[in-house]
Amino acid sequence: MYARALKPLALLTAAAVALTFGLIFFWAPLDADQGFIQKIFYLHVPMAIVALLGFLAAGIMAAMHLRTRDRRWDMRSYVAVHLSIILAVGVLVTGSIWAKASWGHWWVWSEPVLVSFLITFLLYAVYQPLRFSIDDPDRQGRSASVFAIAGAAFTVLNFVAVRMAEAYTHPRVFSQTGGNMPPRMFVTFLVALVAMALVFATLWTLELGSKTASERLRRARRIRDREAERTELVGARATVERPPTAAGATVPTATPTAAPR
Amino acid sequence: MTAASESASAPSESATVPPGAAALRPGVGTVRAALAILRKDLRIELRARETVPAMALFSVTAFVLFHFGLDRDRLEGDVAAGVLWVTVLLATVLGVNRLFDAEREQGGLEAMLLAPIDRTAIFVAKAGALFAYLVVLEVVAVAAFGLFLLGSDLAGALPGLAALLAMADLGLAAVGALVGALAAETRAREVLGPLLLLPLVVPLAIAGAQGTEPLLTPAGSPADLGRWLGLMALYASVFMLLSVAVFDFLLED
Repeated sequence: MYARALKPLALLTAAAVALTFGLIFFWAPLDADQGFIQKIFYLHVPMAIVALLGFLAAGIMAAMHLRTRDRRWDMRSYVAVHLSIILAVGVLVTGSIWAKASWGHWWVWSEPVLVSFLITFLLYAVYQPLRFSIDDPDRQGRSASVFAIAGAAFTVLNFVAVRMAEAYTHPRVFSQTGGNMPPRMFVTFLVALVAMALVFATLWTLELGSKTASERLRRARRIRDREAERTELVGARATVERPPTAAGATVPTATPTAAPR
Repeated sequence: MTAASESASAPSESATVPPGAAALRPGVGTVRAALAILRKDLRIELRARETVPAMALFSVTAFVLFHFGLDRDRLEGDVAAGVLWVTVLLATVLGVNRLFDAEREQGGLEAMLLAPIDRTAIFVAKAGALFAYLVVLEVVAVAAFGLFLLGSDLAGALPGLAALLAMADLGLAAVGALVGALAAETRAREVLGPLLLLPLVVPLAIAGAQGTEPLLTPAGSPADLGRWLGLMALYASVFMLLSVAVFDFLLED
């Protein structure tokens, strides 16, 4: 199911990323103030926007999971959170580099987006530990979904709160990503944003496909082991030790209620 | 119990309905069930005194640590506001960690789930218990803070501070009950509870500290109290609605 979409999506993504790099380095103007380092903007800001949308999408998928009780939604939500966490680390690293280059410090508390990302990242860093410290698969999915929904709501609230704190102490003009960008910069930024969204979509499809495939493989193995056990019993060799069953017996406990695909 | 539930389904006998069967009338039953659970929690706390004294003691100890950590005898303004709010929020962690302990250790949750009540009642009761714990904690913590650390006038700041703390408590109660239930099912709950709660309360720390700062500054004026109260109210209402919506799924079995 996911594999079919993967190939065209990957090709489209590769083309979009190539186009973005071309635009960034050969077409977009050099920033008069910051110079070359400003180009990290085309990586940093799209990553931030896509990561945020990823967290929000994960929350919506989690709500779908609770509503429909279809475990595939839980898997989708999980993969979206996972990828968004990786992007969030990227946002923190690139933001830090940009801050060092343009303000001289690796970390600035006066940059609300960066600070919000740190807090959001700290929250979502607990998602996987929480998820994997629950053994029962149904309960694991439900708790993770509740986390993803609360996290999505919190992400929005948190941005409001941090921006309010910032506006209070240092009033600042919304200029860095606002409309007073030269048109070439803005177009490059939009293309970079689309490319980043495509990267996210491709990785999401890839990881989901791989997770679905390994789940199906596990199920197929389980069926095979069961068959083997049955033929063995029919063969009336029950007194002999049964190594294939002993090896296979540990597999079903990992996912007793796999979603039928 | 079955006989009682059956009799309750007849509307004419509603006056003699035992409390357990109240779920058949959604609104009233939920409130009554929540009050019953809340009363049980508060009674346990009053008799065993396991949570609130620990929270209060923690806050006083934290003030002592802050005194030595900052090497200051008296605090004012932003530092005072920060120390007070961070202490209260960290003490909340203790309360949240213990919120579902009685249920988990003695199988009380299964009994509650077997009872024909709306699960929202359990959330409301737990949030109510946490709210009560927090109010008591803050009375002790603010008094101790005024005695040990505060350099400016506490009496003048008290109305504004009380409003901010009460509004923060609403949000903390909602988030705390949700996090408590979420962490209670995990293997590493002592670790996951605080790790989950602390990032979630950052907006309250922002609003609380920013709103309290002018109150504790000698020449300051409480200019923006409404703004920070508004942010806290938004936070509280979002997490209350959210928790009511998702709490059922946490307790399902």
